[in-house]
Amino acid sequence: MSSHTETVQTVAGVRIKLMRGSPPGQAPTAQTLLFLHGAGGASVWLPFMAQLATDFDLLVPEHPGFGDSDTPDWLDRVEDLAYYYLDLLEELDLSGVHLVGHSLGGWTAASLAIKDCTRLQSLTLISAAGVHVRGVKRIDNFMGNPEENLRGLIHDQAIADTLLAMELPPEERERQLKNRFTTAKLVWQPRSYDPHLPKWLHRIRIPTQVVWGDNDRLFPPRIGEEYAARIPGAQLNWLEGCGHLPPIEQPAACAQLVARFARDVAAQRGAKEGSA
Amino acid sequence: MKFFNFHLMPYADMDVNLIREHGSAWVTFPNSHYDPEVGSALYNRYLDELEYADQLGFDGVCVNEHHQTAYGLMPVPGVMAGALARSVKRAKIAVLGRALPLVNNPLNIAEEFAMLDNISRGRFIAGFVRGIGAEYHSTGVNPAESLQRFQEAHDLIVRAWSETGPFEFDGDYYHYKYVNLWPRPYQAPHPPIWVPSQGSAETIRWAAQHRYTYCQTLGAIRTVAGFFNRYREEAEKAGYEATWDQCAWSTTLYVAETDEQALQEAGPHAEAIQNEFLRMPFEMLLPPGYTSLESFKHIQPDMIGKPQSVRSLNDAGVIIIGSPDTVRERLAEYQELAGFNTVLVKTQFGTLPADMTKRNMEAIAEEILPHFQER
Repeated sequence: MSSHTETVQTVAGVRIKLMRGSPPGQAPTAQTLLFLHGAGGASVWLPFMAQLATDFDLLVPEHPGFGDSDTPDWLDRVEDLAYYYLDLLEELDLSGVHLVGHSLGGWTAASLAIKDCTRLQSLTLISAAGVHVRGVKRIDNFMGNPEENLRGLIHDQAIADTLLAMELPPEERERQLKNRFTTAKLVWQPRSYDPHLPKWLHRIRIPTQVVWGDNDRLFPPRIGEEYAARIPGAQLNWLEGCGHLPPIEQPAACAQLVARFARDVAAQRGAKEGSA
Repeated sequence: MKFFNFHLMPYADMDVNLIREHGSAWVTFPNSHYDPEVGSALYNRYLDELEYADQLGFDGVCVNEHHQTAYGLMPVPGVMAGALARSVKRAKIAVLGRALPLVNNPLNIAEEFAMLDNISRGRFIAGFVRGIGAEYHSTGVNPAESLQRFQEAHDLIVRAWSETGPFEFDGDYYHYKYVNLWPRPYQAPHPPIWVPSQGSAETIRWAAQHRYTYCQTLGAIRTVAGFFNRYREEAEKAGYEATWDQCAWSTTLYVAETDEQALQEAGPHAEAIQNEFLRMPFEMLLPPGYTSLESFKHIQPDMIGKPQSVRSLNDAGVIIIGSPDTVRERLAEYQELAGFNTVLVKTQFGTLPADMTKRNMEAIAEEILPHFQER
């Protein structure tokens, strides 16, 4: 089992909300896993996170501009978030980090890793935004109403039904509205990608895993293939019958892929260091 | 009071059931429903109507800008204003307005308006708007940048009109090594600037501070009065007293022999514009960032686009439909109530056909205009 804490603190010049969970009693020895959330935010400690925190010292910040974190004046582009998290890694003096990003957070993670991998041990991109492949049709989740948008993101409509039936407290609705505004500002044009990102993905020189739902309609599988093809040595793992939100739609399977990859990378690194 | 004939130039020969089936006439309404034969006839008909307004004695004619919609066929209003600049001999010509944030080179607008001002020998009025939310879907411009782009484009255009070039301009969104407008505007220092809005507090304050004529689009007269009063308050805060000349009310007039006859005749066409051509989903109308997060929290989806009958629109004073006596009385009453000296009149609206539009224009010119133009 894992426990977790929630704090609001100033990191790298911005007051952000930070959730942190780790295996009981092992916090000093567990490796760090930094999870960068998607456009929906990270205001709730999800089963996906609880599962990862049984193996890792898991850090889940809410991005600047999202949820209970402040919105800095400088936040204009996803690249700004990438530089912010490089500052955060330095200020918290984290190293050997397993960086995991979902959707908007995946784009941020890829952009960060292109710039500087020195504090990273591995990278996992889950249903990442940021890359465009001409001719691939994507749904527009700024045109539909909230129900249509959610249904478009989830493959198993029974899960969408459950999520839609949940009564949200007003403060959570406000967080979601704020998340939507910040997301639109960051991704409106070009819609959810940076045309310059693909040409530098080869600079990601750490073990990388790409995890994708085979029924993702927002960023269809072809985009996952493009990420995997452009990042040297990247593994591509599919989640069958899954839409754009693996951490919500298939939390156990998704967390398992993330944890297994990070453990394998750590083990190989340990073996390499042992034999040196 | 001045009367301007405002034309939206809708795709009037429309089976409104098609719009209802699709859900909206905007952005995603397939252009397979556009028939070039119908469209070319409409463009020429509408230009005829505005030329006729000039002959009938209206003080001005107005066109405006909307994109990818059957609601209005003027994505480039300068084309219509250019056609009118030669054929409208006497009246003012107003573009109300061009959507500044939607272009990446606002100097194009400064140039276009300067040309119109020259060709019309100073009869041109420049309208500046942000465009409605739907336009941020159809142009791809980020709605979060809308307000700042509007203000920066405005600053650039006014400087380009009034300062000697060449000069450099380095804004947050627009950057020029050389700004040096040829032609300069005919009017000095530049054409009058009018600012149409649905009543945003920020826009009213901004227009009042700049002493620009504020044009209120679509609204019940009591609400309109509130907006015009706010404009006058903002003017006072800015240290001057605003006159009624600085407020223009945009409405629809339809005149027939009796009230009942007018309502019967205009009814389906007024309801078509309100309930069909204007209809759009909440998410299309208000993309995130078009308003501030704070303002957005006060807008509820159910506030938008409720179907209304012509009688409820008429009773609320959104439009004035009736006999000559009724229209005269109500317009005079509304002018006193809200305080404006210009009325922007849609004489054609929704699906209203050519013959009825012509009769309406003539009735307004004969029965209404003479009673107000000296006031």
